Amino acid sequence: MSLLEVRDLSVTFTRSGSEPVHAVDGVSFDVAAGQSVGIVGESGSGKSVTSLAVMGLLPSRGVRVGGTVMLDGNELTDMDQRALRDVRGRDVAMIFQDPMTSLNPVVTIGRQLTEVLIRHAGLAKGAAKAEAEQLLRRVGIPDPVRRLGEYPHQLSGGMRQRVMIAIAIACRPKLLIADEPTTALDVTIQAQILDLLRTLVAESGCGMIMITHDLGVVAGLCDDVHVMYSGRIVESAGTKDLFARPSHPYTDGLLQSIPRIDDEDPDAVLHTIPGSARDTVAWERGCAFQPRCSRAVAECLAGPPAMAELGTPLVPHPVRCLRPVGDDVVLHEGNVAR
Amino acid sequence: MLRFIVRRLALLVPILLGLSVLLFAWVRALPGGPAYALLGERATPEAIAAIESQLGLDRPLWEQYLQFLGRAVRLDFGASIQTGQPVTEEMLRRFPATIELALAALLIAVAVGIPLGYLAARRYGTWIDNLAVTGSLLGVTIPIFFLAYMLKYVFAVELGWLPTAGRADPRARADHPTGFYVLDGIVTGNLDASWDAIQHLILPALALSSIPLAVIVRITRASVLNVVNEDYVRTAEAKGLLPGTITRRHVLKNAMLPVTTVIGLQLGVLLAGAVLTEKVFAFSGVGQFMADGLVQRDFPTIQGFILVIAIVYVVINMIVDLVYGLLDPRVRVS
Amino acid sequence: MSVETTDATTATATTPSRPPASLGREALRRLVRNPMAVVGMVLIGVFVLVAIFAPLIAPYSPTDNSWLDQVRPGQYPGPSAEHWLGIDPLGRDVFSRIIFGARQSLLIGVVALALGAIAGIALGVLAGAFGGWVDTLVMRFVDIMLSVPGLLFAIAVAAMLGQSLTSVMIAIAVVNVPIFARLLRGEMLGQRGADYVLAARSLGISRSAIVFRHVLPNSFTPVIVQGTLTLALAIVEAAGLAFLGLSSSNPSTPEWGRMLTDAQETLTSAPMLAVYPGLAIVLAALGFTLVGESLREALDPKFRR
Repeated sequence: MSLLEVRDLSVTFTRSGSEPVHAVDGVSFDVAAGQSVGIVGESGSGKSVTSLAVMGLLPSRGVRVGGTVMLDGNELTDMDQRALRDVRGRDVAMIFQDPMTSLNPVVTIGRQLTEVLIRHAGLAKGAAKAEAEQLLRRVGIPDPVRRLGEYPHQLSGGMRQRVMIAIAIACRPKLLIADEPTTALDVTIQAQILDLLRTLVAESGCGMIMITHDLGVVAGLCDDVHVMYSGRIVESAGTKDLFARPSHPYTDGLLQSIPRIDDEDPDAVLHTIPGSARDTVAWERGCAFQPRCSRAVAECLAGPPAMAELGTPLVPHPVRCLRPVGDDVVLHEGNVAR
Repeated sequence: MLRFIVRRLALLVPILLGLSVLLFAWVRALPGGPAYALLGERATPEAIAAIESQLGLDRPLWEQYLQFLGRAVRLDFGASIQTGQPVTEEMLRRFPATIELALAALLIAVAVGIPLGYLAARRYGTWIDNLAVTGSLLGVTIPIFFLAYMLKYVFAVELGWLPTAGRADPRARADHPTGFYVLDGIVTGNLDASWDAIQHLILPALALSSIPLAVIVRITRASVLNVVNEDYVRTAEAKGLLPGTITRRHVLKNAMLPVTTVIGLQLGVLLAGAVLTEKVFAFSGVGQFMADGLVQRDFPTIQGFILVIAIVYVVINMIVDLVYGLLDPRVRVS
Repeated sequence: MSVETTDATTATATTPSRPPASLGREALRRLVRNPMAVVGMVLIGVFVLVAIFAPLIAPYSPTDNSWLDQVRPGQYPGPSAEHWLGIDPLGRDVFSRIIFGARQSLLIGVVALALGAIAGIALGVLAGAFGGWVDTLVMRFVDIMLSVPGLLFAIAVAAMLGQSLTSVMIAIAVVNVPIFARLLRGEMLGQRGADYVLAARSLGISRSAIVFRHVLPNSFTPVIVQGTLTLALAIVEAAGLAFLGLSSSNPSTPEWGRMLTDAQETLTSAPMLAVYPGLAIVLAALGFTLVGESLREALDPKFRR
């Protein structure tokens, strides 16, 4: 049994007076202890909503959640808020995109760190402070004693994200969810933060979900990848497998739009995926990616495409596409990451 | 912190100087000129001539201004036309009443406004929210003195629950060492007098509190609505913190920042609004003195009142800025 | 097909980020769906129509005191078929006076708003467009004016100008000058750094052209919101000034603030004489406030959920 089992998760936003929006539809995936799983997609693909649903952080009004989320054998979707509050921060923790806005500007770093220790680990104030100091040291913040008394605006962006990570790992959670943890940071800092996350997962043996729009982030960090498009998973594979054999046209497009320095042809045009995520089709009517897909055929609009298994029972590689890439020609061998 | 205070104080100087120029110009622009304004109906040509030379109105303007400024700094506004007594003395005697009234009104506005605004935000879109919003819109559109009439008519005249006017029962004997009647009762051990003073305070304070109450409800509501959608509140929820902790430490601590600023600003509005309220309830504070002064064209009083209220207003705003600095670490450092 | 789509996307991305044209229509749509706004617009509509057609609506002249013989001290005839709201202590028809009072209130509100807004906008544009020492000077002046609570400021100005409706209008207008000046300047400073202004500047468009063709039109939505709220405040403030004896000295002028003030004398015997003008003030001011607040909310992207 995996650490986290998400089965047929769906999130529907219902607003009076307008059509319900299926933000997440039939999403299933597993995360094992010590494993890092990437969920990749552009904004609006439902990847962040998926993570909020796992955390039980979606508002209760106007939102319908279906399916099951099992964490370590406990069903999270059935829990009431009181029980969920005990789980959040202790068993599952989350790192958000923008550390500037995700930290409370008028509360000290120390307070924001110790409050979660006091709440879940039952530490007294003094012990929590000592533990907080250790945590800051662990995430690579120099002079932690001074930092504990400072406010978020006194720290750099990278330092703030390190604080967020310290808060997330404070109670040694079984599962860490990182929602675009490097998007708001400078490029030079991004690699440091990813390194830190990799080290922490390796050391603690917790599972991690990495939500990102950047396949580069996934390449160096994750074991498995799920690509989401318009609320559904369109391709799932081991990271190496996915980079070697991107099968959904969308995944393929994402990979091709990464500029490569070793390109033989210096004048090669950078590939883009035409259109935007707004040019979509409801899944019930056909493939949501169809309007942007260069491989689309008439059958693509004949009802929802099913998952096709391109891998083996031991190394699965399901793809939600009628005409997966590589079916006809073998391409992009140079794209294998690093 | 000290440097912050000094810098804020330094900013006050040009504002107060500018205000003194405005006020100087105002006195000169009064109908009939400053001499007539000072003398009022006693203005005979001889008296006017005497006053004009006494005031040095024949000297250059800048010299007159400096003289005006010198007197203003010493809070010397001359004698009140209503009573013939120095304006400063008359005001000092009446100030406790107005401060007592303004603080009582502010207490009502804060004690009711903040919880109501918070509740409205947390119940966004429900009947309680709509009630709070509608009530606060009514609060700013209802003329203070109209509300005062209605309160007076219903609770004092018709129901007879509360006194119709004044600060204390004229038949009661009480000493007033401080001039704050509620406090006086406590100081002199005469709790009946305190209770009597409170009863006299309720209706005027309610009427006066309408605008600040409305403003505080709206600011609190808007501020809480903003803050609950902030990322750091989601972070707090993701930490599994208890709802009480989230409310106190993460929502209110941030949401109260704009509210403190507004509360400070409202004190100035309260002091000005006291002119209307005190007149309805014959509540003998500076406001009523000022209102009577307007009818009797008591310009020395009006001038003194405006300058004093402006100073109080400006100083309160400075204090609010300081408090804001204490509450918001981002301001403290920069 | 794919090529055109790409081009369209690129074009959208590089166009200066001026608010889309549909913003106004979108705001309007939300406005008419908001019951508060609809109530406000109805109130304003009734108020304005009554003010314009007062002579047609009112059954009698507001100054006609032919019913003085029906009045006894402490006893004033209440509502009847001839006099819907009764007769006041001076023997005049209360309903007619309320109807004609709408004229005075509307006049005070509109004139005070127009004077205050024009002067304030001019000052604000001056400060915002030139910056530097002009800005410093104007803003200092604004700070000084704002250092006196508004009502008190209005009292001082009205007292200086003497008892008349004109002085009430000017007093309220003066109080609004710093408010509009600060609003405009803030808007202009905020938009000076906006992407579309930077883009226009990079294209070599002159400063005055940017100010008058781009920045100013975009600043007008907050001015409209503030203007609506100012109208409400002007009506309430005018009543306050009347109560302090600073309005017209002519007792026959049918003015709500004045009627409300006079009603204090007879509060115990005829409280309704205070209720009618008071309610008229509240409803008129409420109309403008409701519309102003709904407009503010409709235009605020924060509330667009």
